Amino acid sequence: MYVAVKGGEKAIDAAHQLLAEARRGDPSIPEISTNQIEEQLSLGVDRVMNEGSLYDRGFASLAIKQARGDMIEAIFLLRAARTTLTRFGYALPLDTAQMQIRRRISAAFKDLPGGQILGPTFDYTHRLLEEVLVPEPAKEAPQPILADVPKVLGLLGSEGLIELEFASDQPVGDITQDPPSFPMSRDQRLQSLARGDEGFLLSLAYSSQRGFGRTHPFAGEIRLGEVEVCFIPEELGFEIVIGEMTVTECEMINQFKGSGNTPPQFTRGYGLTFGHCERKAMSMALVDRALRAGELGEERSAPIHDEEFVISHADNVQATGFVEHLKLPHYVDFQSELLLLRQLRQDKDRAE
Amino acid sequence: MSGPHYNFAYLNEQTKRMIRRAILKAVAIPGYQVPFAAREMPMPLGWGTGGVQVTAACLTAEDTLKVIDQGADDTTNAVSIRKFFVKTANVATTEQTEEATIIQTRHRFPETPLKENQILVYQVPIPEPLRFLEPRETETRKMHALEEYGVMHVKLYEDISRFGEIATAYAYPALVNDRYMFDPSPIPKFDNPKLDQSPALQLFGAGREKRIYAIPPYTKVKSLDFEDYPFTLPTWEKPCAICGSKTSYLDEILTDDQGGRMFVCSDTDYCRKNQVAK
Repeated sequence: MYVAVKGGEKAIDAAHQLLAEARRGDPSIPEISTNQIEEQLSLGVDRVMNEGSLYDRGFASLAIKQARGDMIEAIFLLRAARTTLTRFGYALPLDTAQMQIRRRISAAFKDLPGGQILGPTFDYTHRLLEEVLVPEPAKEAPQPILADVPKVLGLLGSEGLIELEFASDQPVGDITQDPPSFPMSRDQRLQSLARGDEGFLLSLAYSSQRGFGRTHPFAGEIRLGEVEVCFIPEELGFEIVIGEMTVTECEMINQFKGSGNTPPQFTRGYGLTFGHCERKAMSMALVDRALRAGELGEERSAPIHDEEFVISHADNVQATGFVEHLKLPHYVDFQSELLLLRQLRQDKDRAE
Repeated sequence: MSGPHYNFAYLNEQTKRMIRRAILKAVAIPGYQVPFAAREMPMPLGWGTGGVQVTAACLTAEDTLKVIDQGADDTTNAVSIRKFFVKTANVATTEQTEEATIIQTRHRFPETPLKENQILVYQVPIPEPLRFLEPRETETRKMHALEEYGVMHVKLYEDISRFGEIATAYAYPALVNDRYMFDPSPIPKFDNPKLDQSPALQLFGAGREKRIYAIPPYTKVKSLDFEDYPFTLPTWEKPCAICGSKTSYLDEILTDDQGGRMFVCSDTDYCRKNQVAK
């Protein structure tokens, strides 16, 4: 007699065992440490922290190791760990104007107060595979780290050529505490983009450059460096510095034809990421600007203009979960479809 | 480096409180989709995180939990979710429907009738019954607010004119308490009548879509149909090949590559009890 093949529990245990072995790889090769990942795969760590929405290099490195280098899996691990952490309040807004700058470029001006600082970038490397990657001793003393460098867009603002931005007195939204609803406010949108998939935002941004929702952007300023994180504990009642974090900030300058009472002027798109995630910060700034089309009275014609489409599909933890859930059994629904299909075919045969 | 500390049933108490508030609202407005700030759970979104969060928010140390997927207790995802709660909440578990106080399910309503003081928690992939007719949440919320469900009736009508019958076999839309149209999650339409006037509390959690909805005990659930094309149930030509049940939902199992097949209960607990009774 037939007995249904089940044994899910045994199969899962065996699969976990195989996974552990596959993760370790050839045991004759030394095991990689999380410190090595943190130090030597640091951009990967940065990406995982961003999309995992948790600034913790140690956890992110562990996640990358545990995920065998699968970044979305690592991001997912970090998000799940984040869920369990105690929340004790909101930090004050970061003051990126006070950043200790390691890299700062503007594509809008050749030279400007504070200067252009390339810093650690792949930009002008020749992409040739090299077997030896040990740094040569520096020929010159490294550039001093700069603080208090004026924002490029602030320089334009003084002429009235770019829209001004004002601090809102509304409380800042928190997409991790309140479910998103559409239409979104810009703060919620930026939060969603900050944890959005780098590849998805990159492709959307690219699509707008190729004519699907043109935004005419200039990289006004990209800066990388360390900022202080300040917090007001309730029992103290005044601001204290609780730490420092590395961030990348991108401010895009975009053309705007003007409408109604508004004269033509430049508008802004904004991107901010944990660590050194320049591609992501730039993509985010382009998508942010494109999603402002409605607010600025522009035509919304391209996918990048569609807030609900962009925001609902930018989260790779959500996306990978739902795509991959197709691996789960669907016997029951499939059976329903089989029954229906047979019924429909019978009906059709009878009718003929 | 040590990992984070885990609270009872994984979620911290503030999160559980937030989810419980959403559940209370959902119970107060049967069938209405209550937005809630779903968290990332340590299993993938789309694999039952909504159900897991609802279960975590309802679970107490005295509860007895049953987890099924496709009607069965030992499908891989059911095993995984049950293990998760054993690990994080150390709760008693059972495979017996009548012993459970909370049953988390994916794609089925158990064959054994439920009782009062049982909670059935559904895992929901797409909570919005109108989603495939109108992709925008902004629109569908308006349609629910205005009780504007004509588009679904048109869809069902089009099915009839094209196929001679309503061609929806699972996730079959129904009306709760004569007001909100809802998606019973992808259970086969075979199960829809069991939702009607059920003594158990039915909670639906959609994690990725951040929605919770509910059917309180003894609430009317009416599957959509037309007077001249009433709602019908699928039938099988043969009873379950293992227990002989003629009333349960049967899975089709291919036994060879020559077209051999057999039909067996998808509800493994129910099937086993029938065998014992024989």
